[in-house]
Amino acid sequence: MEELIPVIVRGLGVGSTYALLAVGFVIIYRATDVVNFAQPALMILGAYYVSFYVFNLGMPFPVAVIASMITMAAVAALTERIALRPMVGEPPFAAAMVTFGVFVALFILAFRLIGTNVIVVGDPWGLERMDFLGARVNQIDIAKIVISMIAIAIVGIFLKRSRVGLAMRATALDQEVALAQGVNVGRMFGLSWAISGALAALAGMLIGTAAGGVSPLVAFVALKALPVIILGGLDSIQGSVYAGIIIGLAESFTRTYAGTYAPWLGSNFDIVVPYAIMIVVLMVRPYGLFGTKEVVRV
Amino acid sequence: MLTIENLEVVYEDVILVLKGVSLTVPTGSIVALLGANGAGKTTVLRAITGLLDIHRGEIRKGTITLNGDPIHHLDAPKTVAAGVGQVMEGRRILTEFTVDENLRIGAHTADRGTIEANLDRVYTTFPVLADRRKGVAGYLSGGEQQMLAIGRALMAEPTFLLLDEPSLGLAPLIVQQIRDLIVEINEQGTSVLLVEQNANMALSISSHGYIMETGKIVMDKPAEVLRDDDDVREFYLGLREEGATSFRDVKHYKRRKRWLS
Ligand SMILES: Nc1ncnc2c1ncn2[C@@H]1O[C@H](COP(=O)(O)OP(=O)(O)O)[C@@H](O)[C@H]1O
Ligand SMILES: [Mg+2]
Repeated sequence: MEELIPVIVRGLGVGSTYALLAVGFVIIYRATDVVNFAQPALMILGAYYVSFYVFNLGMPFPVAVIASMITMAAVAALTERIALRPMVGEPPFAAAMVTFGVFVALFILAFRLIGTNVIVVGDPWGLERMDFLGARVNQIDIAKIVISMIAIAIVGIFLKRSRVGLAMRATALDQEVALAQGVNVGRMFGLSWAISGALAALAGMLIGTAAGGVSPLVAFVALKALPVIILGGLDSIQGSVYAGIIIGLAESFTRTYAGTYAPWLGSNFDIVVPYAIMIVVLMVRPYGLFGTKEVVRV
Repeated sequence: MLTIENLEVVYEDVILVLKGVSLTVPTGSIVALLGANGAGKTTVLRAITGLLDIHRGEIRKGTITLNGDPIHHLDAPKTVAAGVGQVMEGRRILTEFTVDENLRIGAHTADRGTIEANLDRVYTTFPVLADRRKGVAGYLSGGEQQMLAIGRALMAEPTFLLLDEPSLGLAPLIVQQIRDLIVEINEQGTSVLLVEQNANMALSISSHGYIMETGKIVMDKPAEVLRDDDDVREFYLGLREEGATSFRDVKHYKRRKRWLS
């Protein structure tokens, strides 16, 4: 049991980061029916800005994280306004292609800013370990779990309880009805992007705490959010959380035990595991494990 | 007073659907707008409430004024804020929301301070809803959903309420109930423009009636005159039965997202 704890904690750590990214996808998808491929680029830029605010502007780490989240919220909202708003009414596929273009543009921007260097975000956790239920675990994994879950909970409560959150959910369900109630639907689109941008920045910070820092190529880690949203169902925040955790655990367990119990899988099979799960899910339940079913009166 | 003058509306830049419609809803009254399916009744309401552009529609000519102020250039949120509420055709409640959430979204433009009092008022008017306030709205019966849709519109405290075929698809007994509720709402001070194919029901509570055919008002008389008019009786009381549902269902979502470009 004791040897399992570090594996589980590591899996939960990485899984909760995936969940954070997936929630960003889900919020935009629900509001606008668009799958936002720019999310990974927003994430990497978010990591860059945390680093920039800490080392170039000398902000304390928590302040820098919040500043980066605000920055990326603004960048995302602006992106929506400039690149996506004109696509309203066009097929979602066309809009998704636009987000891919945005991804490329922002990714190039990230390359310009970061270069071929590796950046560190100046987090306080580093490689410290701590005691947890009698086992030694990485502080950073605990930080990932706690911070991601708090952020997701805040978003969830905002959507569930606040007036604007209600308007966002109404927009997601029926845009004409939302409009007829006086909801400024365009503003809701922008807001959903802003929230996603902020979450992406937070995820970027958490991924940027990896030993050795991050390079722009880490953006591809964000692709792991794809299996997560497929597993969780594109429209479910709760599903994203469960799916993120499942994928994170599956990855972590494969990494630790595949070599011992299934050496024929080869090394680094853990990288493939999320996609393997995704393909199985697509074959069995294309709407995901947790995708919400429509309510119809019987 | 809500006044429409010489309104022309086109869809898709070419389909002329309203060809010079004029009508007036005096403050405090219930006015009926009758007509067969496809006459253009819903289009009139969309023009008033700023919902035309999401359907690729556009006002080409004419004016719509609310107590003298032009409102035909306002977008939907501003129209709601100006005091015009509407219950869309087909009820359009948010089925995944609870009853309470459906009502609260209706108060989106209202002052925060008014929400609880208005919730109480709606629950008093519609006691069936009060019993199910935490329940998912999709499980309500058709009549209850219609009440919810009306209650939702009332949450913004509209001075003018536009109702698009509230009796559609409801059993006669429920239609009676809805009719009485409309009278009650009107007595509490809300002016009503009642769009109906059920001429019998609409004329029994309205003071004035307009009859529309293919984008034009073809008759416009006090309700009691229309009630006794043989042509109207024959034409509209007979026409009621056909389920226009299939047509309506296709229509709704066709262009649901065009409004912002
Ligand atoms: N979005 C649209 N695009 C093109 N034509 C439309 C659109 N909506 C309605 N129409 C047409 O306009 C006419 C009037 O429709 P409508 O206003 O819905 O009538 P009613 O409510 O009286 O049944 C119909 O012929 C209908 O086919
Ligand atoms: Mg209609």
